[in-house]
Amino acid sequence: MSAAHDDHHHGPAKGISRWLFTTNHKDIGSLYLWFSFAMFLLGGTFAMVIRAELFQPGLQLVEPNFFNQMTTMHGLIMVFGAVMPAFVGLANWMIPMMIGAPDMALPRMNNWSFWILPFAFAMLSSTLLMEGGAPNFGWTFYAPLSTTYAPASVTFFIFAVHIMGASSIMGSINIIATILNMRAPGMTLMKMPLFVWTWLITAYLLIAVMPVLAGVVTMMLFDIHFGTSFFNAAGGGDPVLFQHVFWFFGHPEVYIMILPAFGVVSAIIPTFARKRLFGYDSMVYATASIAFLSFIVWAHHMFTVGMPIAGELFFMYATMLIAVPTGVKVFNWVATMFRGSMTFETPMLFAIAFVVLFTMGGFTGLMLAITPADFQYHDTYFVVAHFHYVLVPGAVFSIMAATYYWLPKWTGYMYDERLGKLHFWLSFIGVNVLFFPQHFLGLAGMPRRIPDYALQFADFNWISSIGGFLFGASQLILLVVVIKCVKGGKKATAQVWEGAQGLEWTVESPAPYHTFTTPPDPKLIHAQ
Amino acid sequence: MLPKAKLWLALTVAAVSMFSTNLQAAWDLNMPQGVTQISRETYDLHMQILWWCVAIGVIVFGVMLWSIINHRKSKGAVSATFHESTKVEIVWTIIPFIILILMAIPATRVLTQAYDASESDLDIQVIGYQWRWEYRYLRQDSLEEEVSFFSSLSTSREQINNQLPKEESYLLEVDNPLVIPINKKVRFLVTSNDVIHAWWVPDFAVKKDAIPGFINEIWAIVEEPGVYRGQCAELCGIEHGFMPIVVHAVPQDEYDAWYAGRQEQAAAAQAMSNSEITRDAAMAEGEAVYNRTCVACHQAGGTGLAPAFPALAGSSVVNGDLTANIELLLNGVPGTAMAAYARQLNPVELASTLTYIRNSFGNRTGDLVQPADVNAILEAQ
Ligand code: HEM
Ligand SMILES: [Cu+2]
Ligand SMILES: [Cu+2]
Repeated sequence: MSAAHDDHHHGPAKGISRWLFTTNHKDIGSLYLWFSFAMFLLGGTFAMVIRAELFQPGLQLVEPNFFNQMTTMHGLIMVFGAVMPAFVGLANWMIPMMIGAPDMALPRMNNWSFWILPFAFAMLSSTLLMEGGAPNFGWTFYAPLSTTYAPASVTFFIFAVHIMGASSIMGSINIIATILNMRAPGMTLMKMPLFVWTWLITAYLLIAVMPVLAGVVTMMLFDIHFGTSFFNAAGGGDPVLFQHVFWFFGHPEVYIMILPAFGVVSAIIPTFARKRLFGYDSMVYATASIAFLSFIVWAHHMFTVGMPIAGELFFMYATMLIAVPTGVKVFNWVATMFRGSMTFETPMLFAIAFVVLFTMGGFTGLMLAITPADFQYHDTYFVVAHFHYVLVPGAVFSIMAATYYWLPKWTGYMYDERLGKLHFWLSFIGVNVLFFPQHFLGLAGMPRRIPDYALQFADFNWISSIGGFLFGASQLILLVVVIKCVKGGKKATAQVWEGAQGLEWTVESPAPYHTFTTPPDPKLIHAQ
Repeated sequence: MLPKAKLWLALTVAAVSMFSTNLQAAWDLNMPQGVTQISRETYDLHMQILWWCVAIGVIVFGVMLWSIINHRKSKGAVSATFHESTKVEIVWTIIPFIILILMAIPATRVLTQAYDASESDLDIQVIGYQWRWEYRYLRQDSLEEEVSFFSSLSTSREQINNQLPKEESYLLEVDNPLVIPINKKVRFLVTSNDVIHAWWVPDFAVKKDAIPGFINEIWAIVEEPGVYRGQCAELCGIEHGFMPIVVHAVPQDEYDAWYAGRQEQAAAAQAMSNSEITRDAAMAEGEAVYNRTCVACHQAGGTGLAPAFPALAGSSVVNGDLTANIELLLNGVPGTAMAAYARQLNPVELASTLTYIRNSFGNRTGDLVQPADVNAILEAQ
């Protein structure tokens, strides 16, 4: 209904200027999503280099120094280039439509917060071609390896991080302003879809911790170029301070990458179970408590730095507590599926895999929280397995689920369901073959971030590599599906999915260039 | 695309053949139980939490799987309308909380034990370097060492570069292992000379970061004699994967004999340090040191990796004033990866290495550096 009233004089501009100068939330959402996919492929290529080198013991393909550059760049590109921009893209596309707003609150800033990203990543990637090579100190860039002992390109890395941080902060301000000010009449806070809620909380996390990241890289910059000794023990500084500041950013950062995923899954499961989300209120409170707890657990990444026992105990207990709200979420999703009327289209498959595999990552997270056990797990492949379980079949699967779920709304066509299912099953098998054996590697004693390993690790490593190649190759199917769906296919209805609820499904498919220029009928707004 | 496909094919074939020859290799699945009380308790803790997780997983995924099978639309399932229950939410908040308390109690107990490093029988300082460990056996109640040595990877470059078959303890073997007595409380004082490393021996459940400017304590009472292997666990630069730890735990009398031998060796090396060496001996010793210590950065053939790691071939320092060259090797270059080797190598090794680099890679100074030349500069400093 509202779509019919849209202002037809304001269609998209023609040619490249549409994309360069756009202030339209849907265009900007698409830019973010395409950018993120490009970074996903780039970071994925680096991962393939890593897995190819680790296929067999001995050095085969790359030098250790280049190997370290690959692990570092893989981590940085995936975290800051693939996962975060993908969620911002989804936020741009969906939040205004979900709350019945015509656009984001600050459309010009929206354009700017996207367009500085390609510069940041071009700069970061260009370090690979510099003399001395790209950053090689890990995505956690511990000082003094990343300061006194760093390659010259570290300065470009610092500048790139600053730009990414600025982009994230602008993006979050925009999201908060949109959600708090632009909800349609009748869209009370407790009626907002959970995707909106989780993003609101995520945006606050981003505003709180991105400046901390900027601060820590600036301290590095001063140590490197201006003679300070923040992290240099010889000059009276403290290398452990680096880790405290970094992880004060770093732990909330991992929740920044997962809270929106919770939102996506909380939208998809009810749709395909044809049943209202179980425990909406408790989902909101659980998200808020996770966000709060995420600020007081950072030193669980630092159990081996030699903290006093009181510190170790505090961070152990606080970390264990996170399992409670996380558990509530998982139980709620399962309760939503229980006695539903389920169908298993591609978005649902990804969402179910998310619940199972993310929970497995949560289990290993709980194990890692147990300080004395973490002394054994820390800095081994067990940690690598843990965070890849929460980030790949966790965050990344949720992004894929979201893509399949909303693609018909974006393009106006149904995607190819057979290809989508193929993509799902190959990804599902690939990701488990890739990461499950890494638990064993870590327990058997294989440290992370090594280009070569002892012979007893050989078997699980080649298995893991095979899984990696399978997973990597399968992602090209997603590209095919999306391109096919943009070009055409079966026309999508406004509702798209039988069980879909929410304002975004009340506008036609594809969603018109401008939606909700007049607020939607309050009667369309239901409790979630 | 085609050469790439061939590469994968080759790799796959290699993998399959490796798999068949390596069948006897252990498929280690789990954390080692280890040989200390703490390591066994850590293992028990690990298993206990694991079983809790398995149990919770079976219940949660079980309900989910059951719903997926039975509550599907294709079977005619009609969705129920319930969507909240405060009672249920409270139950599944409180039960996990109780389980967490049950986990936290033993965890706290084990942690408290592991943190009690008091009343040790033997103190050893462990110092991380890029990329080797130094062990200093401290006299009771003082920070002075009696015996100290460096411990570096002894696996050959040829094995790493696949020119020779890999031996059993590939990458987990060193030239000078750490030797400790069994059934004695050995305290390790862990620190670093450059970047952060981490000293880890899985069988002792001991892992501690080696941080420049800090000294961290850990300890172990090893109950069984044996050879225990570990690796540096914290990314510390290029050769991070190549700085293993090997500990020989031996009965006290064997330890005493070894220790006395070490003391004698130290005295002999002291005596040697002013003797003359021949050119051939210097070139051989220098090449060995170069391949162990310098090659990671300055590369085989002295080509370096510009710009962080300068080439030695044709270098103005290596071909220039000898004194300046000796000083650079002794003191390192602050603010770069070039370490100070005055402590890491003895005068014979230092002099031989200088002779070697000044007469290799196309450098032709003709110098034959003697330990006395190095000592003169060491003493002057
Ligand atoms: C129940 C929830 C979780 C708990 C209790 C938990 C606990 C932990 C602990 C203790 C570590 C440190 C391990 C070590 O280095 O020794 C860790 C590492 C990590 N976790 Fe989690 N975690 C949880 C969920 C998550 C989630 C949801 C994410 C992201 C989506 C995540 C991402 C990571 C990452 C990226 C690292 C490793 C960072 C690095 O060292 O490179 N975790 N986790
Ligand atoms: Cu964390
Ligand atoms: Cu290391």
